[in-house]
Amino acid sequence: MKSKGTNHFRSIIAHIVLIILSFMCLFFFYILFINATRSHADLQKGFSALPGNYFLENLKNVANDGTFPMFRGILNSLIVSGCSAAICTYFSALTAYGLYAYNFKLKKAAFTFIMAILVMPTQVTAMGFLRLVTNMGMYDSLLPLIIPAIASPSVFYFMYSYLQSSLPLSLVEAARIDGSGEFRTFNQIVIPIMKPAIAVQAIFTFVGSWNNYFVPALVIQSKDKMTVPILIATLRGADYMNFDMGKIYMMILVAIVPIILVYLFLSKYIIAGVTLGGVKE
Amino acid sequence: MEKKHKKIDYAKWGYLFILPFFVSFFIFSLIPLVDTIRYSFFEYYRSGIKEVGPNFVGLENYISLLGSDMLKYTGNTMMLWIIGFIPQIVIALLLAEWFVDARLKIHGTQFFKVVIYLPNLIMASAFAMLFFTMFSTNGPINSILMSLGWISQPVDFLGSVTGTRSLVGLMNFLMWFGNSTIMLMAAIMGISPDIFEASELDGCNSVQRFFYITLPQIRPILAYTLITAIIGGLQMFDVPQILTNGQGTPDRTSMTLIMFLNSHLKSKNYGMAGALSVYLFVVSGILCFIVYRMTNNDDPDGSKAAAKKAKKQRRG
Repeated sequence: MKSKGTNHFRSIIAHIVLIILSFMCLFFFYILFINATRSHADLQKGFSALPGNYFLENLKNVANDGTFPMFRGILNSLIVSGCSAAICTYFSALTAYGLYAYNFKLKKAAFTFIMAILVMPTQVTAMGFLRLVTNMGMYDSLLPLIIPAIASPSVFYFMYSYLQSSLPLSLVEAARIDGSGEFRTFNQIVIPIMKPAIAVQAIFTFVGSWNNYFVPALVIQSKDKMTVPILIATLRGADYMNFDMGKIYMMILVAIVPIILVYLFLSKYIIAGVTLGGVKE
Repeated sequence: MEKKHKKIDYAKWGYLFILPFFVSFFIFSLIPLVDTIRYSFFEYYRSGIKEVGPNFVGLENYISLLGSDMLKYTGNTMMLWIIGFIPQIVIALLLAEWFVDARLKIHGTQFFKVVIYLPNLIMASAFAMLFFTMFSTNGPINSILMSLGWISQPVDFLGSVTGTRSLVGLMNFLMWFGNSTIMLMAAIMGISPDIFEASELDGCNSVQRFFYITLPQIRPILAYTLITAIIGGLQMFDVPQILTNGQGTPDRTSMTLIMFLNSHLKSKNYGMAGALSVYLFVVSGILCFIVYRMTNNDDPDGSKAAAKKAKKQRRG
């Protein structure tokens, strides 16, 4: 009976802590949303818990701002993140399948190599990368933000683990007997089987690329090619105190809203996907 | 014979399929790495429009980095990381244990999971910009605190060392505790329920259960979380960069190593940037090796190897 009482007490504590933490997570977004709906003059008067009616006005101001082309930035970010997610998942799946389904001399070496660089930070090669991109004539273009996504060790590892658990090699053998070419087998049999893994990794790659700031900030120079994080950084660097605060909150809001929308629809899959890429049990 | 012939035939497909990965890696990571290491031995920078170098100077860049503020920035990076990481791992362990414990009957588990994971997906730079505006002297946080009567005049959070570091720590905490909770939860759920049942029959209370069963059982995943968090901490950039506009204010106490690297890259001081990158490469190389051992062994924390060694010694 005593343990039942303590459990009840612990349960109450747990709920209180969870509510406080959730409040902390949501409170900042609540302030952001409220302030994005208020005018500059209102914001100067202090904080109010209720939204104002300047939402559309602020949105219009952000859309028409030539110094911070936010919507152009969102378009650029969509292009970069979308393309990165597509080629990253496709080529990671291809690499994983190549190492899983075939036997060749360098198989072990190739696998070991990828595992060795699994968590290597990209920043350590940033200097050479910047020089390489400049020499290749790709400075100030979106391509160097997309193409390197082909080689993503962690996505590869996820795909490889998934193949191990869900692709029996007898299926590949059966496809061969039916006369399917190797490449066709991959595209028409393996890819459909890997759909769940591809979906999860596409989301994570998309989000990662969308939020990436370090590399784009080095490579992109001109305003019409800037992605959203660079625009936010430029906003921070500008003479900010003279700005319309309502507009600033709106800019931050439009920078994070696309991801929040994606998350609201796919949260179940995203949360399930977090652990799948983790450690091999 | 027939079968062996087939295998050789298929091998070329294996090579073909992994080719794009390795070509891309070779061009965009390996060549830059070699280039970075090479220039770390050169004096090569730009002052104004004049380009100096490249002149070979041996280890001079490495030595002058040690004499510069690099060590201070290393300390800053560790400090900022610890402020965020300690509460993060403690809260994550606590929440993971609670979520898994059926006796607590937590309501709305799915809702809480969705909410606490949310900040992990938010653009770090936008999040930092939001904190900068909110915690500025005329921002909403000060306005709320004043209307509650807790303070009489605005607090300059970003003007003090403690304030800035705490804000960076708070942001890192908020962004990562949900992720850690979900990782550790999966680890705890992987423990055989028999162990918990046995402990309950033996009269084990929840505190004992946590320290003597849960913690030792999830040690491999805990170690993995720790190492990947250190690697993440080493890369800390977006949040302090945007919050302090790349200055690491006040008095460069929130300047991290990658911010230092970024400022060298922006000023085109390739020699110094190269040497700094090599330092970072060596450290992350060691951490990568530890992760490699963890993910490729069935003995991730080295306990089995240690046992084997001890056995050998006893025998020998």
